[in-house]
Amino acid sequence: MSGSAQQLDQVRDAPTAPDQRRGDRPRGRLIYRHTALVRATHWINVVFLTILLMSGLQIFNAHPALYWGEVSNFGDPALSITAQRTEGGASRGITTVAGHQFDTTGWLGLSKDATGRSAARAFPAWATLPSWQSLAEGRLWHFFFAWLFVLNGLVYLLFGLLNLHLWRDMVPSRQELRGIGRSAWDHLRLRFPTGEEATRYNVIQKLSYLVLVLVLLPILVLAGLAMSPRLDAASPELLTIFGGRQSARTIHFIAASMLVIFVIVHVFMVLISGVWNNMRSIITGRYWIETRAGTDA
Amino acid sequence: MRKRNVIDRRRLMTRAAEVAGAALMLGGCDRLVGNDTTKAILASAERFTARVQRLVSPAQSLAREYTETDLSPEFRVNGTVAPDDDEYQEQSAKGFADWSLDLGGLVERPAKFSLADLRALPSRTQITRHDCVEGWSCIGKWKGVPVSEVIERVGLKPTARYLMFYCADPMNVGDPESKYYESIGMDEALHPQTILAYDMNDKALDIPHGAPLRLRVERQLGYKMAKYIMRIEAVESFASFRGGKGGYWEDLGYAWYAGI
Repeated sequence: MSGSAQQLDQVRDAPTAPDQRRGDRPRGRLIYRHTALVRATHWINVVFLTILLMSGLQIFNAHPALYWGEVSNFGDPALSITAQRTEGGASRGITTVAGHQFDTTGWLGLSKDATGRSAARAFPAWATLPSWQSLAEGRLWHFFFAWLFVLNGLVYLLFGLLNLHLWRDMVPSRQELRGIGRSAWDHLRLRFPTGEEATRYNVIQKLSYLVLVLVLLPILVLAGLAMSPRLDAASPELLTIFGGRQSARTIHFIAASMLVIFVIVHVFMVLISGVWNNMRSIITGRYWIETRAGTDA
Repeated sequence: MRKRNVIDRRRLMTRAAEVAGAALMLGGCDRLVGNDTTKAILASAERFTARVQRLVSPAQSLAREYTETDLSPEFRVNGTVAPDDDEYQEQSAKGFADWSLDLGGLVERPAKFSLADLRALPSRTQITRHDCVEGWSCIGKWKGVPVSEVIERVGLKPTARYLMFYCADPMNVGDPESKYYESIGMDEALHPQTILAYDMNDKALDIPHGAPLRLRVERQLGYKMAKYIMRIEAVESFASFRGGKGGYWEDLGYAWYAGI
């Protein structure tokens, strides 16, 4: 939407700094950064993905182990989260990843339920939907909101392709790609673009959003579909591309974990790169660009 | 001193209000989540999913079949391990020599089939993956008579829409009213891979896996595949039986269509 946003800039490019007459005050302008469609699909995603994550953890809890391949090799899972009794008789939450055991009592394997009692469950009550153990209800939530999530994603992609939002705002130019090292170094030092550069996504942002929208989320959906025995019968390729149904389940879990990591980094960035300006832009669409006196053409 | 007391009390009150607020919010959330209307709305996606899956996948598409080398060394047993039922135990003690499958309901010629009768009918052998609703999978080799073969011999009445499978195993100890049951639609019943299996991994089906006869519905989840089958009935609707949802787990909230 940058294309249309650029034009809008001309219209909306009214100086809005609180006090124009004092030259030492910051000057700038509000640009139209996010279209209504991007803002709406973004916030809808926040709700849907939260529900999908929590109901997904509920479903995971019904068999808290992951495997590679077509089937479950019960003796040697890639990951498992269990409650185990120690020699002293106390229960501990034990998470095993590729043969390495970690004591995760309080978080994974053994945690307090809503009434404060210790309960043997992989993910804790506060992280699952419903909070109590119910595979049937977890599936109800997951499959209902999976449809809505896909619908929301399709609307975003369709309009993003039609109005060239994906192409104009998210595909980096060759020149930007050359500057990726500098951009990464700036990110590490928590230095963010200002002025004209801040009117568009930077190269790291562009690549993260592209990978999220075109790679991670589609993998998440496809790996979910590959767990359906009916769809496996119709398209055995689903099994082939993921290397079997249990691999698909594991990849679904890993992709969801990467999404959680993305959200953590995303929220962190929002917080430290001008939280109010960022929040305004994703709610109202308007983003404040600061320009030094004299440079505002 | 007095002033400090006031502050402490105020702080205490604020803290109490916070805790109450949090509890209310959590409680309200739980009430919303556990609400029957909420569940009914969420369950509407089930019918939609079933319709879309049928639309995008051919009715006759076969579940992937594997080779002997893919067989799971340990095929997990879920649900009943040994039916807690006197009649069943008597039959199993005699090696199911007296057992027979009762086929009735909306059929032209109700009949009984002994194990020998079923073994004499055309058979199908398939190595398939069993997907449990819990999330795990195992591969096993099944031999049995296609449901379509049995149906052909008794003849369906035009009103028959579902097959009901009544099993020997009570799910609650000593409660015959809690015996396992399942149902499938005719499209699934007549699918070539839908068989009544009497052999597993080249041996007579053992008790933990459903002896003497179990259902295989390869494009759906494990709970559809009733074990310890005693009677099959063709029906127009299952709404009036028990919970009315067409199966033991369905009555407890699981989806009737288990293709996902």
